[in-house]
Amino acid sequence: MTDEPLLRVSALSKFYGSRVGCENVTFDLWPGEVLAVVGESGSGKTTLLNCLSTRLLPSSGTASYRMRDGQRRELYRMSEAERRFLMRTDWGFVHQNPADGLRMTVSAGANVGERLMAVGDRHYGRIRATAVDWLSRVEIDDDRIDDEPRAFSGGMRQRLQIARNLVTGPRLVFMDEPTGGLDVSVQARLLDLLRGLVTDLGLAAIVVTHDLAVARLLSQRMMVMKDGRVVESGLTDRVLDDPRAPYTQLLVSSILQV
Amino acid sequence: MATPLVVSDVAKSFTMHLRDGVTLPVVKGVSFSIRAGECAVLGGPSGAGKSSILKMLYGNYAVDEGQIIVQHGGGLIDLASASPRTVLSVRRHTIGYVSQFLRTVPRVSALDVVAEPLVERGEDRETARAKARALLAQLNLPEKLWALPPATFSGGEQQRVNIARGFITEHPILLLDEPTASLDARNRDVVVELIDAKKTAGVALLGIFHDLDVRDAVADRVIDVTAFAAGKIAA
Ligand SMILES: Nc1ncnc2c1ncn2[C@@H]1O[C@H](COP(=O)(O)OP(=O)(O)OP(=O)(O)O)[C@@H](O)[C@H]1O
Ligand SMILES: Nc1ncnc2c1ncn2[C@@H]1O[C@H](COP(=O)(O)OP(=O)(O)OP(=O)(O)O)[C@@H](O)[C@H]1O
Ligand SMILES: [Mg+2]
Ligand SMILES: [Mg+2]
Repeated sequence: MTDEPLLRVSALSKFYGSRVGCENVTFDLWPGEVLAVVGESGSGKTTLLNCLSTRLLPSSGTASYRMRDGQRRELYRMSEAERRFLMRTDWGFVHQNPADGLRMTVSAGANVGERLMAVGDRHYGRIRATAVDWLSRVEIDDDRIDDEPRAFSGGMRQRLQIARNLVTGPRLVFMDEPTGGLDVSVQARLLDLLRGLVTDLGLAAIVVTHDLAVARLLSQRMMVMKDGRVVESGLTDRVLDDPRAPYTQLLVSSILQV
Repeated sequence: MATPLVVSDVAKSFTMHLRDGVTLPVVKGVSFSIRAGECAVLGGPSGAGKSSILKMLYGNYAVDEGQIIVQHGGGLIDLASASPRTVLSVRRHTIGYVSQFLRTVPRVSALDVVAEPLVERGEDRETARAKARALLAQLNLPEKLWALPPATFSGGEQQRVNIARGFITEHPILLLDEPTASLDARNRDVVVELIDAKKTAGVALLGIFHDLDVRDAVADRVIDVTAFAAGKIAA
């Protein structure tokens, strides 16, 4: 563990005209930490995630990121090209809908291989071998490597999206409802897989979810959002077992057991 | 002798916002310390706040007032005001906790559930599994269960997995919340042996035991939690 946060976020706000997306969000994320962001629909989770991953620019506030060479860079002062480079090499983004994160008309193998080529690998044999390895890590049989994701089930597509994102060895992964839209048994398997990968690779991750059980399983820390603001944050088990804010108590009481 | 845990003037209440914001005071003025090599026991009737105290010491419940001073990483930290990241580090290296019930994780085998805290501390997986096997054998968990996820185990089987998981590391402080509640006599005796071994190794233990035989066998001292009742005027 280093003593420098990987990501340092300060007073981040995003307004859509007069509507609040997220407001005054501040936190630090260290290497290897998984932070869950929970809250009801419209509370600003996706807005926050998109600002952090620079897919969206905030209205105000700052975020700095510690690059691989140890230097801190202000995310919103980087050039477009620098940000794209970060997204391709050091970050992953897992969308709720795999179709948003995959290329549906190229093969599964190419979906994974493409990311490797984007970071400069040109050796076909090695790319294919790495792709096969990653497909097996996400439990996709190697005889499916030449199939297009269009032919995959929802759970398989999501696992493929995860492989595509992790193959380049990112240090930070953003996930927006990674298990949303899947049925319960498929969700459990995916969660288990994610949990294993995150621990084995020592990834830092920010996971948006409305499912407190997912937050409990995947994250060490949690932020609860309401109306664009963070109403409570802390260790995940502390927030869930001893919720302090009225809204968190409501959230925790409205589910059976987490 | 070393005193790795000092609790002073800790208070805890719960405010129930869904019930018109009523406040339930639980404990206040909680003060005690635990020395290395001793096992202290929290005593008092149901609802007195024993588990709540243990949970505050593990960072699982927030602390309203007071300090929880822990020897951690060559220095002293106040767990009551520590950042989440510090609490995580304390859990990894300094304070272990055996909860009353095992929280199961889908698809992870009993053996790996037990080995995990060691792996998190940087032990290699095979060494960790070897230690896990030895502990599960000592706790008489049938070998055919080791490769299965504990979700479908009986209460006593799950509890033995939980105990093995708590005892596998060499944390200098260990918290135990009724670890023997669902065990038969033979396995209760094993837990008493495990606790004795921890004491010999210089671990500071704090536990809750409803079973009087077990309590008499392990307790060096009983801390009466009713003395910290939040309704009462402090002495
Ligand atoms: N492009 C946009 N233009 C205008 N308003 C937007 C836009 N995107 C989001 N909003 C608004 O910002 C607020 C936060 O939306 P956001 O998508 O971040 O919520 P969320 O917490 O991710 O919700 P959900 O759980 O439903 O995905 C909402 O009120 C939403 O209507
Ligand atoms: N998360 C919580 N939210 C609200 N109230 C709580 C919470 N946890 C405990 N309490 C309340 O605090 C009081 C003390 O509970 P605690 O579990 O600490 O008692 P205990 O001494 O361990 O009892 P037992 O011997 O029955 O286990 C009880 O009134 C309980 O209902
Ligand atoms: Mg959203
Ligand atoms: Mg109790």
